[in-house]
Amino acid sequence: MEKKLIVSPSPHIHGSDSTSRLMRDVLIALVPALAVSTVIYGTGVLVVTLVSVAACVLFEYLIQRFMLGGRSTVGDLSAVVTGVLLAFNLPVCLPLWMVVVGALVAIGVGKMTFGGIGRNPFNPALVGRVFLLLSFPAAMTSFPAPDVPDAVSGATPLTLIKEAVKNGQPLSEVMPGIGYDNLLYGLHGGSLGEIAALALLLGFVYLLLRKVITWHIPVAILGAMAVFSALLWWANPEVYTDPLFQILTGGAILGAVYMATDYATSPMSKSGMLAYGIGIGVITILIRTWGSYPEGISFAILIMNAVVPIINKYMKPKRFGVPVKA
Amino acid sequence: MLRTFRKGGVHPHDNKISRSAAIQVFPMPETVVVPLSQHIGAPATAQVAKGDKVKTGQLIAAASGFVSANIHSPVSGTVVSVDNVADAGFMRRPAITIKVEGNQWEDGIDTDPTFRRAEKLDPAEIIARISAAGIVGMGGATFPTQVKLSVPPNKKAQYLVINGVECEPYLTADHRVMLEKGEELLEGIRLLARALDAEKSLVGIENNKPDAIGHLTALASGDADIEIVPLKVKYPQGGEKQLIDAVTRRQVPPGGLPLDVGVVVQNVGTAVAVYEAVVKRKPLIERVVTVTGKGISSPANLMVRVGTPVSSLIEYCGGLPESAGKVIGGGPMMGRAMANLDSPVTKGTSGIMVLDGKEATRQKPEACIKCAKCVEVCPMGLEPYLLYKLASRNMFPDMEEYYATDCIECGSCSFTCPAHLPLLDYIRLGKGEIMKIIRARKS
Repeated sequence: MEKKLIVSPSPHIHGSDSTSRLMRDVLIALVPALAVSTVIYGTGVLVVTLVSVAACVLFEYLIQRFMLGGRSTVGDLSAVVTGVLLAFNLPVCLPLWMVVVGALVAIGVGKMTFGGIGRNPFNPALVGRVFLLLSFPAAMTSFPAPDVPDAVSGATPLTLIKEAVKNGQPLSEVMPGIGYDNLLYGLHGGSLGEIAALALLLGFVYLLLRKVITWHIPVAILGAMAVFSALLWWANPEVYTDPLFQILTGGAILGAVYMATDYATSPMSKSGMLAYGIGIGVITILIRTWGSYPEGISFAILIMNAVVPIINKYMKPKRFGVPVKA
Repeated sequence: MLRTFRKGGVHPHDNKISRSAAIQVFPMPETVVVPLSQHIGAPATAQVAKGDKVKTGQLIAAASGFVSANIHSPVSGTVVSVDNVADAGFMRRPAITIKVEGNQWEDGIDTDPTFRRAEKLDPAEIIARISAAGIVGMGGATFPTQVKLSVPPNKKAQYLVINGVECEPYLTADHRVMLEKGEELLEGIRLLARALDAEKSLVGIENNKPDAIGHLTALASGDADIEIVPLKVKYPQGGEKQLIDAVTRRQVPPGGLPLDVGVVVQNVGTAVAVYEAVVKRKPLIERVVTVTGKGISSPANLMVRVGTPVSSLIEYCGGLPESAGKVIGGGPMMGRAMANLDSPVTKGTSGIMVLDGKEATRQKPEACIKCAKCVEVCPMGLEPYLLYKLASRNMFPDMEEYYATDCIECGSCSFTCPAHLPLLDYIRLGKGEIMKIIRARKS
């Protein structure tokens, strides 16, 4: 036989997964929410998103080229995902130079400092977002009223609630003005990607079908939020809001489905994912209820990101053939 | 709800392109090369010398220990040499080369293909005939069958589990055997169950073979002791531990054997060989081999004499395509890439598969993105990404702590890794080093 044959160990075939395929699926899953946001807030949404994506990709390329060295990883699309997610966490009217600063912090500090994809301990988009929130609190919390006639107002629903509680106003007077259908369709104030609950859930279904993520983290977060807030609500419905309201507002779905599930910054085992998710859900409600920020899932995710190495060390997958002790 | 194993697993395209090709008898080769080590355990000892005349089915090498197997001449003819011959990887290993002359069978072997029921035999006699016939596990593991049937006095084989899963993509040899040799298979199962004193026999078949499930269910309808169990398609269901979990809901403990949970597993091909050995006194000298691959012009299931060169099988099925990049002995998930296509078919060769160059070329590895997919698909509950990292840093004792020795080398982790990391290569390397550490600790 003069033909040259490849000899290498098994397995000899590979599935269709690749890093860029997974990232592309995340981007596809985010399209419905982007579309709804564009309808509600106008084309400014697309401008912010494009600037954020372009800045993230450019910073990753430049840092790799001139500081880190090695093959460019821009082609894996992870910087594009970071760019879109960062934009989704910003108000649509944020000055564009601030968007660029956020992208620099997200990619430069959040990701490339640690060596790039897969090595960062904190979610890069959230690092960028929280940096902006702490640096420019006013710009980061002023939301325009949605471009639709019957929408409520520019302030986010959670801010309205927080104000009301501070002023001693019973919630039964405030809640009817908000309306659950507005929350579902995105007709309320908020960051550009967090408002449309239904569109985000549609993307969640897509991610599950394509096996990009599993249900564990999102369900654990939203479940923990629901249970915790239900207990408070049951104790005093005039001061604490109901679980559905908590889940539909403040970027809970965006955070639970798209931010907390970031591969590098979430646990490796199923049990670890559940623990991590429950931690995020509980901390989110703690911050929302007793903290000074009306939202809180960004901080909750970053706090739990820091715990992931410990979770990975102690919460291992179940070894085959070892019976669970009753 | 169809049953399957409960942890991990992947779904490669099954590509069973030869599924409807009936078994054809492959023409007699001119020369055969019969390796002395076609099984796990000690190589057999040659009983013939250069120049000896041998008959088909004659013992030419004898088992040389408890875990070893007899080897019989697959043809009649003259022994040309008893010497080292290059195997599939060009390693020189002892083998008997025989020039084929006619087709004269050893006396006492019944060559009539008509099905016959077995007479009533006691377990010791069944095991003795299996042992004499040199039968080994034909699913690819090639463990001597009589050893598996020797149940220690403190153990009991409650279930005989028959592996008709054939979870490797492309391979269809077992599928065809189930369809074309159903009666023989069921009789072989009855003999094995009798040898083991098993209460019940469970035949696990994945439901991508509905014809085999239907056929065997109908054949076994009068036999309350044999149950056909359709299984959901999932790789590596043919792994012994996975199959036992799928069929009986019992999990073999780490480091344990199926008998620890009261089970013995045998492959369908092995069961048919057992029937032939016990009823027809025919030793294991031929087997069904699937020759397949997208570039193979006529994929086939061939009844081939042991010792036949692999290259002649490929020629028979249309020759090696221009695009061929890799030839695999076995299936694409766990088979071995072959360097020497003149090496022979052995008792464990379930298939010869040809991959084209593009499919056979590995993609460049990228950075691990910690997607946890390898952890999710590992059927043993291991963390392949972590074992990979430890192996790449020579941290072998740590690998042992994370149970690297549990790995069954199914390749699900490498198959699924979106970063194309060679996870299993490194885990295998680590396992080798751990075995050295364990041996050093013992001595």
